[in-house]
Formats: sequence, C-alpha cells, structure tokens
Amino acid sequence: MSVSRREFLKKIGSSAIIGLGGISAVEVLLPGQFEASQLSRDPKALTGKRWGMVIDMVKLDEQTMKNCIDVCHRIHNVPDLNNPKEEIKWIWPETFEHAFPGQEHVYMGEDIKHMHFLVLCNQCDSPPCVRVCPTKATFKRKDGIVMMDMHRCIGCRFCMAACPFGARSFNWRDPRPFIKEENKEYPTRMKGVVEKCTFCYERLAVGLKPACVEASKGALIFGDLEDPGSEIRRVLRTHYTIRRKSELGTQPSIYYII
Amino acid sequence: MYNGGKIVIGLLIFVGLVISPFLLKGDKATAKPDPKVDTPEILKMPVGERTCVEDKEYMKAEHMKMLNEWRDWVVRDGLNIYTSKAGKEYTMSLQNTCMKCHSNKSKFCDECHNYVGVKPYCWDCHIAPKEEG
Repeated sequence: MSVSRREFLKKIGSSAIIGLGGISAVEVLLPGQFEASQLSRDPKALTGKRWGMVIDMVKLDEQTMKNCIDVCHRIHNVPDLNNPKEEIKWIWPETFEHAFPGQEHVYMGEDIKHMHFLVLCNQCDSPPCVRVCPTKATFKRKDGIVMMDMHRCIGCRFCMAACPFGARSFNWRDPRPFIKEENKEYPTRMKGVVEKCTFCYERLAVGLKPACVEASKGALIFGDLEDPGSEIRRVLRTHYTIRRKSELGTQPSIYYII
Repeated sequence: MYNGGKIVIGLLIFVGLVISPFLLKGDKATAKPDPKVDTPEILKMPVGERTCVEDKEYMKAEHMKMLNEWRDWVVRDGLNIYTSKAGKEYTMSLQNTCMKCHSNKSKFCDECHNYVGVKPYCWDCHIAPKEEG
C-alpha cells in the first residue's frame, strides 16, 4: 500500500491545479453584484493628492480658536465627558512646550510661552498609527487623509500608542449620553473604539472645506500640498513654517506660522 | 415493569418539559413580520414610483450585503454616489439616505430583525430617526 514519491507528487500537483481552476471558475460564473460604473464621486467633491493645512498663529485669536474647536466637536458628535482621563478630542488647544517639545527655552517671551496653539491630527504622510493597526481600521486614503473605519476598529489602542501627537482618543464608555446636541447627519461612536480628526472627509465629498477652516476667518489655510499652484503652497513658499515633531519622520501635513 | 408508575410520571414530566416551548409560545413570537412602508416621505412619492434604491425583492434579500458594500465604498474608497440599475443616482448613506424614507425604524427594520433574532450593530453609532409615539 505504499505510494511512490512520483505518484505522490503527481496527485498533489493535479489536485492543486483542479483547486485553483475551481476558484477561478467560481469567480467567472458568479461575478460580484455591482458594476464599477455604478459608483462615482459627487462632481462637486474636492479632490487632491495630499491634503494639508497651514495654521497661522499670528492671525488666530483665542475666540476664533474656540469657535473652530466648537464647530468641529458639534458637527462630529464629539462628547464632552468633563473628565481629563476619558477626554475625547479631535482638535484642541495646547501650550508651546507641549505642542513643540524641545523647541522651548527659558528666555522665551511670556506671550509665546503661555499662548495656546491649535492642534489636531497631523494627517502624516507616513503615519505610524496606520502601520500598527492590526485590522486596517485606520488607513491612508489616496488624498492623504489618515482615515478611521469605525466598523473595523477593535479598540486595541495600538494606534494611540504609536501616534506621537496624542491625536487619538478612546471611548471608555458609551459617548451618547454626553453629546449635548446630536448632529443627525453624522454618526456617533460606540464604546470601545478610537476616534480622531478625519479632515472632514464627509464635507470634502460634497465640495466643502473642513469645518474648522470655515470657522477660522482665514487663519487656517487648507489645500493640496502636491499642487504647486495652490494657495497653501504659496503660503508655504512665502512664510517660514514649523511642524510638530518633524524629527520623528512622520511627515506631518499641518504647518504652523508662529 | 419495575417502578412502572414512577417511570411513566418521569416520562410525562420529561415530555412536558420538551414540548413546553411550543405550549407556552405567545402569539407575538409567531406573528408574521409586516414591515411598514407608510412613512410620510414614502407617501409623498407618486404611487407608481414608490421604489427603493433597487426593486423590492432584491432589497429584501440583499440589503445587508448592499449596505456592507456601500460602507466600504464610502469609508474606504471615498465614493459617495450609487447609480441604481434603473439609472437613478443616490448618495450612499444609511443615516441620511435610507432612513430619510424609512423613518420608522421600529416598524421597518426591527420588525423583521426581531423576528429572525438578528441584532445588527448599525444603531450603536448611526443615529436612527426620531419616531413619534
């Protein structure tokens, strides 16, 4: 009853061929239900290769900054838990030494030292959060936005550990009771997922700029970093700008004019 | 038969336990689900054109697969517009497109989902329209 080596190889080879043939036959006979032509973008949608933002701290006053934060948190149903340990934030104020650690020094002017800087997800070009996500719940879109797919997030918080900017927040509890006024056009989140700024992908899709940019009275400049003719590139050419922790090599897409 | 009486009583108790779910069943559990499509938004449409994104039979059988596909296209591929087989364009959104017509979640979605005992997690995040009463 022994099988020769030659017989064995022949059987293995032929069953592999039949198996692979079977898979492709199923694909040919049972194609997907939808045609690619059934899907499209809104013609008004803003498209770019790498979205970025310049935050002009010279123009941005405290009240405008607050307006930017409020509008973002309101339209995205970000809860206010009133507890720094469970805090959820997409865009928030930060002091200089926290926003740009290593750049502060003892002789710095008091105004800069105590000034608040508007910080948000940096939409990095080489995002460490995406590298560590085990389910691809966070991923980089073709237009450079580092996006969250809440349906896939398993709440492992690897991304929070990987992000050097603290841009991600975890839902320790059901956020719904803590949302003051629900925006019925945007979902909330559930207990056990990580959330962050998504550069208002839902607004870009219908041709609107991010909500914070709209509320900023011109202090935030949003545009395509890969388009040499864009306003953001003109601003970057004519002003000296810095980025948060650029030495880490994540290539942030948010620039600051101090 | 030794201990015949005890065995027969035991058997009767056993049979009684086994068939108890059938004896105790309420009418509610067996009531055939009857999803309602009489929301104001649907009634506004002219009678002949009251169709969903695709035809009724397709939606009945495949809506869950379609929603999964829609979700991936919108969230992952950034595509928002779906052209139906009849050539009409729709924005792919559960919360803003589906539920605009089907504003009666408890009488539409839950009706069948409760009957077949499935608990889709859509509403953990997506906000269902407010229903009266």
